[in-house]
Amino acid sequence: MTNTVEMRGITKRFPGVLANDRVDLTVRAGQVHALLGENGAGKSTLMSVLTGLYRPDEGEISVDGRRAVLRSPGDAIALGIGMVHQHFRLVRPFTVAENVVLGDRSLGFVYRRREIQRKIEELSSRYGLRVDPGAKVWQLSVGEQQRVEILKALYRGARILILDEPTAVLTPQEARELYRTLRRMADQGQAVVFITHKLEEVMDAADVITVLRDGRNVATVPKDETNPRELARLMVGRELSPEKPKEAVECGGTVLDLRGVHVQNDKGLPALRDVSLTVRAGEIVGVAGVAGNGQRELAEAVTGLRRVEKGKVLIAGADLTNRSPREIIDAGVSHIPEDRLGMGLVPGLGVHDNVILKDYRLPAICSGPLLKPRAIHARATELVERFDVKVAGLDSPVRLLSGGNLQKLLLAREISARPKLIVAMLPTRGLDVGATAAIHQMLLAQRASGAAILFASEDLDEILRLSDRVAVICDGRIMGEMPAEGADVEEIGLLMAGARGGRA
Amino acid sequence: MSGLSGMSGLKGTGDRKGFVRLEKRPTPSPLLTVLVPALSVVLALALGAVFLAITGYSPAKVYSAMLAGAFGSRYGVSETVVKAIPLMLAGLGVALAFRMLLWNIGAEGQLYMGAFAASWVALSHPDWPRPLLLTAMVLAGAAAGGLWGLLPAIPRAYLGVNEVITSLLLNYVAIYWVDYLVYGPWKDPRGYNFPLTPPFSPSAQLPVLGSTRVHLGLVFALLAAAGLYLVLRRLRWGYEIRVIGESPLAARYAGMNIARNILLVMFISGGLAGLAGMAEVSGITHRLQHGISPGYGYTAIIVAWLSKLSPVAIVGVSFLLSALLVGGYSVQTSGLPAATVSMLQGAILFFVLGGDILINYRFKLGSRRAGSTAVDRPARGPAVGE
Repeated sequence: MTNTVEMRGITKRFPGVLANDRVDLTVRAGQVHALLGENGAGKSTLMSVLTGLYRPDEGEISVDGRRAVLRSPGDAIALGIGMVHQHFRLVRPFTVAENVVLGDRSLGFVYRRREIQRKIEELSSRYGLRVDPGAKVWQLSVGEQQRVEILKALYRGARILILDEPTAVLTPQEARELYRTLRRMADQGQAVVFITHKLEEVMDAADVITVLRDGRNVATVPKDETNPRELARLMVGRELSPEKPKEAVECGGTVLDLRGVHVQNDKGLPALRDVSLTVRAGEIVGVAGVAGNGQRELAEAVTGLRRVEKGKVLIAGADLTNRSPREIIDAGVSHIPEDRLGMGLVPGLGVHDNVILKDYRLPAICSGPLLKPRAIHARATELVERFDVKVAGLDSPVRLLSGGNLQKLLLAREISARPKLIVAMLPTRGLDVGATAAIHQMLLAQRASGAAILFASEDLDEILRLSDRVAVICDGRIMGEMPAEGADVEEIGLLMAGARGGRA
Repeated sequence: MSGLSGMSGLKGTGDRKGFVRLEKRPTPSPLLTVLVPALSVVLALALGAVFLAITGYSPAKVYSAMLAGAFGSRYGVSETVVKAIPLMLAGLGVALAFRMLLWNIGAEGQLYMGAFAASWVALSHPDWPRPLLLTAMVLAGAAAGGLWGLLPAIPRAYLGVNEVITSLLLNYVAIYWVDYLVYGPWKDPRGYNFPLTPPFSPSAQLPVLGSTRVHLGLVFALLAAAGLYLVLRRLRWGYEIRVIGESPLAARYAGMNIARNILLVMFISGGLAGLAGMAEVSGITHRLQHGISPGYGYTAIIVAWLSKLSPVAIVGVSFLLSALLVGGYSVQTSGLPAATVSMLQGAILFFVLGGDILINYRFKLGSRRAGSTAVDRPARGPAVGE
């Protein structure tokens, strides 16, 4: 087995951050190599160095034993290094074939459709990447689009394929199909690297695992010689206490009651179709689904930010369909939006101004038209201390806060309003293990004190761990509902993919 | 691979030596926030000097003549103060709108409408007692300017119609409306056919300071600056304006009524410009006439940007740009075209906008380094036309 890629002593600094600190990484042909680490551990930076997006400040790279200087992604492609980004870079109105050959300099003047299609089909069948070369990209599912991205890299002759968080947008079934493809590529002599922060995924799909923490390579181990527990410890740098199981809470009356709700997305297309859903006091209902299937619109319909075309939204028994966001806030609804910075928090304003975003008009914060600076300061100080939000100063713009601290601040504000209903969209996305646990504790504490919580996540494990009940959403429809305890992951996966009724 | 095309654009022709990179600053540099406007003025003067030299004038002589014109005499100082008044009022109005990302380019027209309404009151009730008449003129002028500002605000608030175009075009309507009046029905029969109305009665004239032309409008302007400062810092309503200006999405999420605030802010923005118009006719010309404003409403935009929308800075910057105007007038006698001042104003704005990139980004000389940091976002849009 040859060392296809060797990175030695890679160091990359950004202003104020040491993103990679003398990292060594060896990737071999025929292996699936997982790059595991928390957010901010330096995984993406390291791969960006390998694909020529960043130049390392120190260290060297060799490919097939020869020293390589990667000045641009073009150089990387020439060396057979291909990357599949988390956010696809596809031209939606174009066909699969057109996307695959896009930017290929060897194409010449004439577009030889049949020859290109044949070549693509050959690659598809060799690696099990089912996709119709003649289909338009916008018609494809997310999983198929990812296959197009992989084909793009292979078509350019990639022998080393890098995938950035490839399963983040997939259903469990699609993820498994992807693992099979990766395995097949490795079997045929390719080197595969994938970036992830999910332990289960690593154990399922990788041969070799490299764990990064704080920009350093803390371990490279064969999968067979390790276990999830050890990996978690390496990743976080300390022993993780397993999250407390949630305590039993007596459910109260229905707080949120959606009846046959229809809404449209920003393009005027149906985004929710006949959605009926209830959440009771002291209950967490988790909305499982692949991103972009109506979760955002669901939250916005409940919080008054999106027009309900048909159907009713009842909160604590009162019909609040198409009431203004303010009336819904006043009815005791808190909202942790998907878009934390920009919607949930005002990026350019400080903690002071952000903690009063919803209360600024209440007597506690202002008397008549005048704001009470002292009350605002007291509120900000209290929330920051109580919820352990790390801030540089109460007046420096919150956009400088880390993701975890941003979310803690947002949750702190929303929870301090003692809501009857909390709508939390992807509350832990992009957060590290510590911050995720903190957010979970905050939500569970609210549940214990009788709040109704509607929450959505892309992480099925999180949904099952946190929820009392799971509702599966696909293409704007609730495909099924079940108690979280004893829920069948297979069935949820099928429902997420749109198989009506599943196995039930 | 959209990020890459951006980088190669920065890189220019692919020469990797001495290639300059832009890196986003984690926070805007506080020093440069002050330094950039100051430096912009200096650079604009330097650029102006080049043009003066090319056209055969001595830059040193012209600039010292301008300085002398603006500050060298009692009259010059008084004129500088006089012309700072409308700049300050209109500049505060424009800055308030800009704070909420409302690009009100219509201060000039709002000023004309304020002048028109104030003149109407003055001409129709010349015999009212002075305090009453002046109060009525202030209210009428501000209201007329405010309503003129409201016109582009309504379609913007409810239909999303771009207010840059509408507010700009309404300037011409207002200017020609005043022209119609002073060339037509309101023309002074004893005015030798000049485009102006009969003079106001003394009770329609703002009191002045001693024997200068500095009038009570200065107090209006300073009060407006203080008021705006307090509104933005201390008032619930000012808080809404700041939130909406920073993130309209967050404002909606917080339950703020954005449409109502657009109307309110544009009304007050226009009202301040209208007050400037009132102060001009009541304090300076004492009648309505053709061309009562040499573009104060446009210069106000430069005042607002140069001040970084800070009410306190607007007071100082108004005097600066006013001095430039007055100095410019005084050198016209030596044969310099009046456009010299417009050119300098334009150059100042150009450098301020260009300099904004220094506040949000830093340049890094990266030798032989293929664009390691993509410019992820352009600087928060300072451009008026955004």
